[in-house]
Amino acid sequence: MPESLTRAVRWDTVVGALLIVLLLFSFSFVDGFGNALNLSFLIGNTLPIALIALPMTLLVVSGEIDLSVASTAGLSGAVMGALWNQGLTIEAIIPICLLLGVVCGLVNGLLVTRLGLPSLAVTIGTMAAYRGIAQIVLGSDAVTDFPTQYLDFAAGRLGDTFLPQAFLPFVVLLAIAVVVLHATPFGRSLFAIGASEEAARFAGIRVRRHKLILFTVTGLMASLTGIFWALHYASARYDNATGLELSVIAAVLLGGIDFDGGKGTLGGAVAGVFLLGAAQNVMSLQDVSAQSQIVVTGVLLVVSVLGPRVARQISVARAGRRATAPTPTA
Amino acid sequence: MTHPSDAGPAPVLALKDVTKSFGAVRALRGVSLELFPGEVHALAGENGAGKSTLIKTLAGVHRADAGRVLLDGEPVVFHGPGDARDAGIAVIYQEPTLFPDLSIAENIFMGRQPRRALGRIDHKATHAATADLMRRLGVELDPDRPARGLSIADQQIVEIAKALSFDARVLIMDEPTAALTGSEVARLFGVVRTLREQGAAVLFISHRLEEIFQICQRVTTLRDGAWIASEPLADMTEDDLVRRMVGRDLDELYPKQDVTPGEVALSVRRLTREGVFTDVSFEVRRGEIVGLAGLVGAGRTEVARAVFGIDRWDAGEVEVQGRRLTNGAPSTAMAAGLALVPEDRRAQGLVMDMSIERNIGLTGLRTTVKAGLMDRGAERSRSLDWAVKLQVKYARIADTVNTLSGGNQQKVVLAKWLATGPKVLIVDEPTRGIDVGTKAEVHRLLSELAADGVAVLMISSDLPEILGMADRVLVMHEGRLAAEIPRTEATEETVMAAATGRAAA
Repeated sequence: MPESLTRAVRWDTVVGALLIVLLLFSFSFVDGFGNALNLSFLIGNTLPIALIALPMTLLVVSGEIDLSVASTAGLSGAVMGALWNQGLTIEAIIPICLLLGVVCGLVNGLLVTRLGLPSLAVTIGTMAAYRGIAQIVLGSDAVTDFPTQYLDFAAGRLGDTFLPQAFLPFVVLLAIAVVVLHATPFGRSLFAIGASEEAARFAGIRVRRHKLILFTVTGLMASLTGIFWALHYASARYDNATGLELSVIAAVLLGGIDFDGGKGTLGGAVAGVFLLGAAQNVMSLQDVSAQSQIVVTGVLLVVSVLGPRVARQISVARAGRRATAPTPTA
Repeated sequence: MTHPSDAGPAPVLALKDVTKSFGAVRALRGVSLELFPGEVHALAGENGAGKSTLIKTLAGVHRADAGRVLLDGEPVVFHGPGDARDAGIAVIYQEPTLFPDLSIAENIFMGRQPRRALGRIDHKATHAATADLMRRLGVELDPDRPARGLSIADQQIVEIAKALSFDARVLIMDEPTAALTGSEVARLFGVVRTLREQGAAVLFISHRLEEIFQICQRVTTLRDGAWIASEPLADMTEDDLVRRMVGRDLDELYPKQDVTPGEVALSVRRLTREGVFTDVSFEVRRGEIVGLAGLVGAGRTEVARAVFGIDRWDAGEVEVQGRRLTNGAPSTAMAAGLALVPEDRRAQGLVMDMSIERNIGLTGLRTTVKAGLMDRGAERSRSLDWAVKLQVKYARIADTVNTLSGGNQQKVVLAKWLATGPKVLIVDEPTRGIDVGTKAEVHRLLSELAADGVAVLMISSDLPEILGMADRVLVMHEGRLAAEIPRTEATEETVMAAATGRAAA
């Protein structure tokens, strides 16, 4: 029965439809939503979530998770600021920070694949560790005097449109992620690993290598996001991007990626990201406090984990009732 | 319908023209069945023939759409399993579910223990009643022992004792022997005979035909939900029964072709995994089917896992077609031409939530690729090809494999591996839990593969299968190869002697 398939497709569609409804509603009824400045804020503020959501989607599909992404981003920003204070050029600093992200991801991946530890536990640990290192590196300083052409790129818009310049590289990365997950043997293997790691191993799939690659790429993308963050907000601090992992995971799960692995699409995940981003933007425009927004994100996270499950229970119950329809209750 | 004797007693439980549908599927179509006291009655049929639905109808789980259930000749309606139990009908399932932390006696009298004053449980009376039940069954089990750690065979005995404590007159046993060893089956049959002598009616379901002939007096056969026959087993042969079940003459169950072995395709030398198996050496030649026999836990599956690379070995080496395999690397084993159809098809052989197409496709991730991307057309035609070749019965190739019957799932696993064009094929319990028709198909397939020059290593606990299919039989005992027996000398006695360590190699 392709029931699970149609259900998954429906969930993607539901999220996409919700996004469209929210956008239509906001354009019509929310003051200040539709102007180009706000839209560019919306997209610019959502880009960090979107960038990390790409590898996170692949990771969750394969049955793993990385909670240390925001700390990796913060660490990258902090190291960037510290090295800038040391007088290195930005062209030298960026590769160093990206390499640092790779190392952070590699550490997560090795702890998970070599020691067989659950990624939830490992990355809670490294989440604290990476953030701590960031504070040691930069203390409570804020570095703001990065070269203007970089700051302009990270904050600027494409011509006369409301799209941030950084949106283009994101679209390229998104296209790569879609192809990798949905059109390559690598992506196919991730679905198999997430659905049944043992069966994947018996089919000759190199499970540990796949996971190690994913963790490493996630670290790389997290550090790229950290660099973007510091430039976009023209501020490198050790506590940059704090709590971002919550938004990323909420958005990915909201997009229909099964927390148990093996199911989901990148389209759904990206719809989830922008749904969350638009909701946060609308709340800001309505003067909802930042604290309340975090509450909403948390509730969305719970709902997005529960939603597909409840839907499944209902469909199973319905199928069961159909199967035993002629029988009165036992 | 034929009765056991003209002057026989009345049936204690009967179904008359029972029909039961689930949606569009008609699971039972006018089925009748009579169970007499003092009789063990077999229910035979392939997977999907309607056996489970029939059992559940007798046990009050399902209610018939049409037709009647007769208890002592009187029509009854069961509104649930409780009604059936109160009427003296008990079902013993393949894998019982006991409370592990409670004692055997507490499990049997759960919720209705004999009471003393003030509602306190009378442990002495509970113990005595349980001991009495065990005596009636002719089994020695300590009533105070916790259920945790009991073998499946012992757990079934507890369930049977529980049924007796309810004064069950009809016992329905749903594949009780599937997970039992030979001696456990013998003890279970002793208990069943005792029950029969005490006047119980037993309905017995098993895929193992020899067991049906051993323990049952009559048999009712179902096919595609329809009643085919109810008849005494005394005048029947196994072939007769198979014909009733399958609806045609079955091709031979063990269609082994004679093949002259070619060069060595798989060579295992002094392979050791500490604490699991030791110093295992053997060869399999092209065209050969080599049986690997032994008791459960002798290390057969573990050797296969190590050879394929799932587990690492500590010493020794493996060559496929002259290529040394890397330790612990299934992908290099596959590249060398090795395929493993694992023991547990649901956990290891298949991704149950994935489609038939993609499950077969999983072994082709290196081949159905164009410019680094999945070639979906090639993947689909490869999967369709093999699903059709192996006659997998499915509605759509995009359906998930958990919608298929066990036999068809096993065919998908075979398809997945045959699609890689293996030179060496290891099959671990290739026909466990699948019906006799599919079993014969799998055997024919293995035989044809061998004739085409594939080297086949077949692990099986089904001794007739080993004897019927293998050119040579390797026997493992406690982690070591105990014997190598050529086809001409392989008998149940020689193989079992080696498997139990009674004979030197």
